[in-house]
Amino acid sequence: MKKDKKFLQSNDWAIEATGLVKVFGKERAVDGVDLAIQKGTVYGFLGPNGAGKTTTIRMLATLLPVDAGSARVFGHDLVSDSAAIRRRISLTGQYASIDEDLTGIENLMLIARLMGYTRRQAKVRAIELLEAFGLDHAAKRQVKNYSGGMRRRIDIAASIVVTPDLLFLDEPTTGLDPRSRNQVWDIIRALVRAGTTVLLTTQYLEEADQLADQIGVIHHGKIIAEGTSSELKASVGRGTLNVQLVHAEDQHRARTILEEKLDASVRLGADSTSLTAQADDSALVAESLAEFARQHIEVSDFSLGRPSLDEVFLTLTGQSAEQQQDSGEEIL
Amino acid sequence: MTVHLQTRESMKADTGTDERLLQAIASGARPEPPNAWSSTMAFASRALLRIKHVPEQMFDVTVFPIIFLLMFTYLFGGAIAGSTTDYLQFLLPGILVMTVAQITMYTGIDLNNDIRKGIFDRFRTLPIWLPSALIGALLVDVIRYSMASIIMIALGLMLGFRPEGGLWGVGFAIVLVLIFSFSLSWIWTTFGLIVRSEKSLMMISFLVLMPLTFISNVFVEPDTLPTWLQGFVNSNPISILATAVRGFMHGTGTWQQVAGVLLVSAIMTAIFAPLTMYLYRNKK
Repeated sequence: MKKDKKFLQSNDWAIEATGLVKVFGKERAVDGVDLAIQKGTVYGFLGPNGAGKTTTIRMLATLLPVDAGSARVFGHDLVSDSAAIRRRISLTGQYASIDEDLTGIENLMLIARLMGYTRRQAKVRAIELLEAFGLDHAAKRQVKNYSGGMRRRIDIAASIVVTPDLLFLDEPTTGLDPRSRNQVWDIIRALVRAGTTVLLTTQYLEEADQLADQIGVIHHGKIIAEGTSSELKASVGRGTLNVQLVHAEDQHRARTILEEKLDASVRLGADSTSLTAQADDSALVAESLAEFARQHIEVSDFSLGRPSLDEVFLTLTGQSAEQQQDSGEEIL
Repeated sequence: MTVHLQTRESMKADTGTDERLLQAIASGARPEPPNAWSSTMAFASRALLRIKHVPEQMFDVTVFPIIFLLMFTYLFGGAIAGSTTDYLQFLLPGILVMTVAQITMYTGIDLNNDIRKGIFDRFRTLPIWLPSALIGALLVDVIRYSMASIIMIALGLMLGFRPEGGLWGVGFAIVLVLIFSFSLSWIWTTFGLIVRSEKSLMMISFLVLMPLTFISNVFVEPDTLPTWLQGFVNSNPISILATAVRGFMHGTGTWQQVAGVLLVSAIMTAIFAPLTMYLYRNKK
C-alpha cells in the first residue's frame, strides 16, 4: 500500500502534511508529524491520551495555528487558504460540540442555518437527519438529557448537516457502550461509502482495526509506526499463541514444553493459568498441544492469531496502551 | 476444550447499513454560505432559545434590579437625601446604569462556557462571518438589558419616581444605557476568551465593576467628595453615563452628555471588539 503512494496524483490526497509541530510551553505536543491521507479512506490516529492526536487534528481543522511545518487539505494551504478548507471539512470534537440546553432539532436547525439553509430547508434537513440517526423520538428533548450514545450521534449528525468531504472525529466512541459504539461505527462506514474521507483518533486498538484503512501510531507527538492494520501486525512479526490451562500447577511444565517446541520466549499470565508465546508455525503449535495431552496437562482454551494492535503498541513503545493512558496527561 | 483460530480481518465486514442513513448522507448538498445578517440572526435565535430553555438565567435582569433598587432606596434614602422619595429621583437613573453595567458580564460568562464545551470549535469551523456569533448573542443581551431597565423604571414609578423628561426622555436615556452596555460587553467577551474559568472571569469583572460603579456619581453628588476623588468620579465612564441618563430622565439632558456617552462607547468598542475577534479566531 505504502509504495503505491508516489504514483498517486496530488489531487488524490485529502491531506498532505509535512513536519507539523506544535509547542505548548516546553512541551512539544506535536513534534514533526508527516501525513498523507488518500481521499475516500479512513485514517486512524492511534495513541494514548496526551500523545498529540487532538492537537494534530485541531491544526488540520484550522483551529490551531501550526508552529512549524506545512499542510495542504484538498490542495488548499492550511495557513493561506483556511477559508477554502473550512468549506470542505467538519469536526466532531472530543466533547459534545453542540448546545446542551437546546433540543436535538434546534441544534441541527441552528447548524443548518449557519451552513446557509433557509429556515424551512433547515427544518426539513434536521428532521431527515434525526430520523436517519434514530433520534426522531428525542427531537424535542434537550440534549443534556440524552444518553452518551445519543449525544454522540446528534454530534455527528450536526457535523454532516452538509456532507463534508473530510470529517475529523476526535475519539468518536470514547465512553460509549458496545451497542452505541457499533452504531457510531456504522455511521462512519456509511459516510465513507458515500465518499467522505475520515480522520479519526482513538485510544482503542480495536476501533482502528475495525475502521481504518491506514493507521498511524502516535506517541509523544511523533508517528512511530504507520500502515494498514495487517502491516502493523506483521511488523511486530509473528503470530501469538494463547493457552489457558485448567490447573495452575501445570503452568511451569507447560512453559517448558512451549519453550522447547516453539523455540520462543513464553510469557506467563498473572492469573497463573495462562501463557502467551510467539508462534509462526501452526504445525509446531499442534505438536506442543499433543505434548500437553501426553503429559496430562489439561487445556481449557487456546487461540492462535496474529498479534493484536495492543501487542503492536506494546512492542513499539515498550508500554501497553492502558499503562500509557494512566501516565499520560491530556493535552488539548 | 474449545478451539478458535482468530481471523480478525474477516470480522471487518460491514454490518447492514440503514438505507435512511445513506440517503441522509447523500442529500447533504452544500448551499451557499449564509450572509452576515442571516448568520447573526441564527445566533440571535440560539440565544433566544437558551432563554426559553434556561429561564433562570433571566434572574439577573429581573430579580437583581428589584433588589438593588429597593435596598439602596430604603437604606440610603433617609441618610443621604432626607427622604426616600427625594433620593429615588436621584438614585434611580444611577442604579439603573449600575445594574445593567453589572449584568453585562454574563455575556462574557456565556462565551467562556461555550469555549470550554466543544461548540466553540464547531462554530469556528463553519463557513460564516465569525463576528456574527458574538453580535447575535449581544443583540439578545440588549433585549435582556431593556427588560432590566423597564422592570426598574416600572418599580420606580410605583415607589414614587417622577421623571420630568417624560416618556421620550426616559426612552432616550434607556437607549443610551443600551449603547453603552453593548460596548461594555466587548470587555467581558475579551476576558471571556482569555481566562480559564467562569470563576476567574467573575472575579475580574467584580474587581473592575465594583470600584467603577461605587466610586461614581451613582449614589452621591461628587461635590460631597474630597477633591482628589472628584477627578476620578467625574472621568469615570459610569458617571458620564449616569449623568446623561439622569439628565434625560429629568428633562435636563444636553448633547454634550450624549456625545460623552457615545465617545466612551466608541472607545470601548474600538478597542475590545477587534481584540475579541482576534482572540476568537486565534484561540488555542
